[in-house]
Amino acid sequence: MSHSSTTYKYTWRLPLLIWQAAFFVVPLIFLVVMSFWLVKNYRMQPDFVLKNWDKMFSRGYFWDAYWLTLGRATLAAIIVSLIAFPASFALAFKVSDTTRRWAIFFLIIPFFTSYLVRVYAWQVILAEQGVINALLDTVGIGSVTMLNSGFGAMIGYLTLTLPLVVILQTFSLAAVDRNLIEAAWNLGCGRARTILSVIVPSAKIGLILGAVFCFILSFGDFVAPYYLGGSKPPTLSILIIDTTKSGQQWPRAAVVAVCMIVTLFTVAFAAIALAYGRPKK
Amino acid sequence: MRAALLFYLGAVFVFVFAPIVASVVFSFNSDRFPSIPLGSFTLHWYETAFAEESPIWEAFRNSLIVSVCAAALSTLIGFATAYTDYRYGFRFKAGYIALALLPPTVPLIILALAMLAWLSQLGLSGTLTGIIVAHTVLGAPFAMAVTRLRLSQMDPSLEAAAWNLGASEWGAMRHVVLPFCLPAIISAFCLTAAVSFDEFAVAWFVSGLNKTVPVAILEILQGNVDPQINAIGTVVFLTSMALVTVAQLLLMAKGRKT
Repeated sequence: MSHSSTTYKYTWRLPLLIWQAAFFVVPLIFLVVMSFWLVKNYRMQPDFVLKNWDKMFSRGYFWDAYWLTLGRATLAAIIVSLIAFPASFALAFKVSDTTRRWAIFFLIIPFFTSYLVRVYAWQVILAEQGVINALLDTVGIGSVTMLNSGFGAMIGYLTLTLPLVVILQTFSLAAVDRNLIEAAWNLGCGRARTILSVIVPSAKIGLILGAVFCFILSFGDFVAPYYLGGSKPPTLSILIIDTTKSGQQWPRAAVVAVCMIVTLFTVAFAAIALAYGRPKK
Repeated sequence: MRAALLFYLGAVFVFVFAPIVASVVFSFNSDRFPSIPLGSFTLHWYETAFAEESPIWEAFRNSLIVSVCAAALSTLIGFATAYTDYRYGFRFKAGYIALALLPPTVPLIILALAMLAWLSQLGLSGTLTGIIVAHTVLGAPFAMAVTRLRLSQMDPSLEAAAWNLGASEWGAMRHVVLPFCLPAIISAFCLTAAVSFDEFAVAWFVSGLNKTVPVAILEILQGNVDPQINAIGTVVFLTSMALVTVAQLLLMAKGRKT
């Protein structure tokens, strides 16, 4: 390639490397390093001690937050996947290509609009005196407390992740070979069985990917548990905020963050293995 | 069966768009605690939120600076990376691409803490520059994905033809590759501007006194119910929806041309 000059090549290759090294990789490494530092007189000092790890791991509230966050994120992944599936199924099989494209278009929009404002809107809608309770009142059901509970947090997780999960599921379902479905029908497979043993296994990768993204987003989200879930008991993300903002204990917050990263990596790798692994049969 | 599924699909869309619509409706509604039936029409919340001495103007100014700068940087880096991926093969390319796409998978709260700690080591925490730096990290992968899609529609022989006709690499870039990618570049700019304009976690940790709009909203949220948020939120929604719609229309239009 007589045309290939080194300057030209590196002009395009290096910006990403430099930027992401300096402002993505290094900050994450520094996060790990910082977890071994100490805070003295409100200032962080370089050190190498296990004190922060010891402090966090020996506290009950850390483990309570850990299991709460893990449990909620798992539940969110399951619930959101189940709620999304019929909608994705309809988009993949029951509407025209044009409708599907427009539906995806509309599902992308919320992803780039303010999640905070949407959560605030839910706060108002779900309040004791809010729209939902007014509606329930007209059919004779008394006021139901929906905010400051696991239910409230789940509405938040749904708001955050449902559009993305529907998009991922729809893509994978739409890619399922129609001949396979026809064949199942012709061989006398019922509707439920066609879905469960033909369509779901073929679309496995997208379905698992959807659930994993839902897990990752819910696991790290602090807005839903804080503003809809009532912030108590705290999730790991809320613990990070409290420790950083009011406690000024950045190294201890870093311990929580590192635990979160390790958990997410484990879940992500397990899911990828599950998605791309060979079927049992 | 089909009707039931379509009805369900409709319900899902209602759920997704309910908060967006509600926020717009409530912003014009006189009640402090909106419910059904709605109160009367008012512009009061807009007048309060956007009063002359309101701190929200400062926040909008900050957000504008941050999102324009972050979008420009993200688009530059994203394009350079997409072009590298399109044109060159090299050792560790898989790792290179992974690095390019990884940032959005890290929870924002973790990135926020890491950024706060690292940027304060560099003396950048509490500055708009700090937020721009962080938002560029977040935006670059989106810009890269969008421009990469466009590049994959370009015939590789197009660039080679320009070289054979005597254009230098830089000339071919300027007269062939860039014009071809222009819709995607504008689209990437709009998308990354929207990402930056709505991002609150990292901005909240890093911003200090230089609040952006989402950080201002977050702080109002920590107080009591305040319908001003609906007024601000409606403006924010319209801004980001306009950006995303322009971005998507540009991307869709290009599909038709080729």
